[in-house]
Amino acid sequence: MSGFVYMKLKKVSDFEWEIPVEDGMNVPGRVFASEELIRDIEGESAARGIPSKEGTSEKFHSHQASLEQVRNVARLPGIIGASLAMPDVHQGYGFPIGGVAAFDLDEGVVSPGGVGFDINCGIRALSTDVDEKDFMAKRKEILHSIFRAVPSGVGRGRRGGVSKKELDEVLKLGSEWAVKKGFGVAEDLERCEESGKMAGANPEFVSDRAKSRGLGQLGTLGAGNHFLEIQKVEEIYDEKVAKKFGIEKGKIIVMIHCGSRGLGHQVASDYIKRFEEEYGVCEIDRELVSAPIGSKLGMEYLGAMACAVNFAFCNRQMIMHYVREQLRYYFPNSSVDLIYDVCHNIAKVEEHIVDGEKKKVLVMRKGATRSFGPGRVEVPEVYRKVGQPVIIPGSMGTSSYILAGTKKAMEISFGSTAHGAGRVMSRHEAWDKFSEKGVIEELKSKDIEFEAGSKKGIVEEAPGVYKDVDEVVRVSDELGIGKLVAKLKPLAVMKG
Amino acid sequence: MTYEFLEHTADVKFRAEGSTIEEMFVAAAGALNETVRGDITILEQVEKSFGVVANDKESLLYDFLEEFLFLLDAENFVVSKIKSLEVEGNKLKCVVVGDDADNYKFTNDVKAVTYSEMSVKQVLRDDGGQMAEGKTSDGRWVCEVVLDV
Repeated sequence: MSGFVYMKLKKVSDFEWEIPVEDGMNVPGRVFASEELIRDIEGESAARGIPSKEGTSEKFHSHQASLEQVRNVARLPGIIGASLAMPDVHQGYGFPIGGVAAFDLDEGVVSPGGVGFDINCGIRALSTDVDEKDFMAKRKEILHSIFRAVPSGVGRGRRGGVSKKELDEVLKLGSEWAVKKGFGVAEDLERCEESGKMAGANPEFVSDRAKSRGLGQLGTLGAGNHFLEIQKVEEIYDEKVAKKFGIEKGKIIVMIHCGSRGLGHQVASDYIKRFEEEYGVCEIDRELVSAPIGSKLGMEYLGAMACAVNFAFCNRQMIMHYVREQLRYYFPNSSVDLIYDVCHNIAKVEEHIVDGEKKKVLVMRKGATRSFGPGRVEVPEVYRKVGQPVIIPGSMGTSSYILAGTKKAMEISFGSTAHGAGRVMSRHEAWDKFSEKGVIEELKSKDIEFEAGSKKGIVEEAPGVYKDVDEVVRVSDELGIGKLVAKLKPLAVMKG
Repeated sequence: MTYEFLEHTADVKFRAEGSTIEEMFVAAAGALNETVRGDITILEQVEKSFGVVANDKESLLYDFLEEFLFLLDAENFVVSKIKSLEVEGNKLKCVVVGDDADNYKFTNDVKAVTYSEMSVKQVLRDDGGQMAEGKTSDGRWVCEVVLDV
C-alpha cells in the first residue's frame, strides 16, 4: 500500500483519542479505547509479536485501516460533532466496524456503507428461571434439539419459507408479523428496539432480486459469525438494574445473534449501485457512496433499509420461538422472556443535543449498539428508569455481558457503545495459529458444549482472533457509555 | 488461472489473476467459491446461465461474483465449475454447472462482495517478476477483492 502514512492519535483522556481535523475532514475523529485496545487499533502489530511482512505494509495497513475509515467518515457532508469509533472498532468497508456518526437532516447524507451489508445484524437475549444445574443435567440433549429446531447454514433455509405476498407483510411488520403467526407473544414486541417494527418500511423500494434471496431464509440463523449461545448468569454488578432486566444469578440466559440474511445484503448492494449511478463513484472509498438524506434516492434507501431491518427482527423473533419451544419441552413450567433485542447495523433518526440544543439527526451505527440512557422515550417503559439493556456478546468461549444505557452515552457517543469483542486477527492468520482440534480442546477445557453445521468455521471464530471482550466492556463502563449489569458465562454454543 | 488469499483483519481478501480477463474472472469466482464451500467437491448436476451488464470493470466483477451469492440464496444452487465465460467490454455471459446446496454442508457465509480495496487491472511482468502497471493488450489481468463474511 503505497501512500500509507502512519497515523498518530492525540490522547484526550484515559479512554478518548482524537484524529485531528485535516485534509477535507469536516469534524475530528474520536476513538473510545484504553491504552491496551489502542495498541491494536493504532497498528503496533509488534505488540502481538507478529512482524509486518517484509517489503509490504499490508499487515500494518490492515491494522490502521479502521483509523483511515474513521477519518474517511469525517469527510462526509453534514457530519455532526465527530466521526466516532467504539472500543471494539476494527476494519470494515466504508465505515469501520464499530463506527458511529450523526448527520444533519438537511445538510447530511446517508450511505449504505454506514449501515453495512448485514442490515440490522443484531442480538437478542432471553432470560429464564431455569437453574444452571437443571440445564447442565440435560445440556447435550437440549443443545442438540435446539440445533435441530433452528435452521442454520448457508443458502436457503430448509423450512417452507414464505410466499412473496407474505414476505411484503414481513418487511412492513417485522416481529409483529411473526407474533401474529404464532411465533411468540405480544409482550415480546415492546422489548425490541423500534418495538420490532421499524416505521417507514416500503417493500416497493426492495428489488425482486433482494426479495427472492429472502424468501427461503426467514427464520434461519445463517452461518459465519452468527450464533446461538446458552449461558449462565455468573456475576451481577448492579442488583437493582439486573432485577429490572429479569436477570438472576445462576439462571440460564440465551443469546441469538443474526441479521437480515441475503435480503439485507442485496438491499445494500442494490443501493450502492443506484447511488453510484446517480451521484458517481465516491473517490474516498467506493463503499462510502452517499445521497442527501432528503433526496428521493436517500429516502428510498431508508425505506428499503427499514424493510431489511424488519426482516431481521422477524428472523430473530422466529428463532427465539423455536428456542422457547425446546426449552419449554425440557422445562415445562419455566419462564423464557425476551430481555431485549438490539440492532448493530442501522441508520435511525434520533433526537440528540447538538450545540446545546435538541436536534433531530440521522445516526448511523455500524457494528455498534444503541445505549440510550434513563428517561428516553425510545426505551421501553419497563426499563425507562434505568436505561436500555445493552447486550455485548464475547467471542466463542469467552464471557458475554449485559450493560445498561447511560446519560453519558447520550452526551458523548450519540447514545452508543460497543457491540462485541471486535476482531484483531485475519481469518488467514487464524488458520496459521489455530487448529480445529485445538479450538475444540479449548472449548472442552472450559467445559463448553458445542455443535455446528461445519467445524471449519470455528477456527476463524477462535477466541484468540478477537480483542479481549472484558477490556471492551471495562472501557465502556469506566468511560460511562454503557454501565455493567451482569457477566454471563457460556455453557453451550451453536454455530451455523 | 490462479488466486491467493491476502491479509485482512475482519473479512476475506483475495487476489486473482489470469492471462485474459475471462481467466481472471474465473479465478476470482474460484476464490469466492472456495470461501463458501471450502474443499468440498460439488457434483455437476444442473446447468445455469446468467448475464451481467455493468458500467465499469470493477462493477462487472462485483456483479459477476454477487451472482454466485444470489444463486445460492435464491435458488439454493452451488457452483461446481464455470463451463463458459465471455467478457465483451463491460458485459459478460456465463454458463455454470453445479448442484443443490442441500446435498452439502457448508462452512462460511459470504454476506456480500464489496468495493472495499477493490482493483481490476491489466499489468505487465517486468524482468524482476514484479508486477507493474502497463497498457499492452497482452498483459496479465489482476484483481483484488474483499468479501464481507
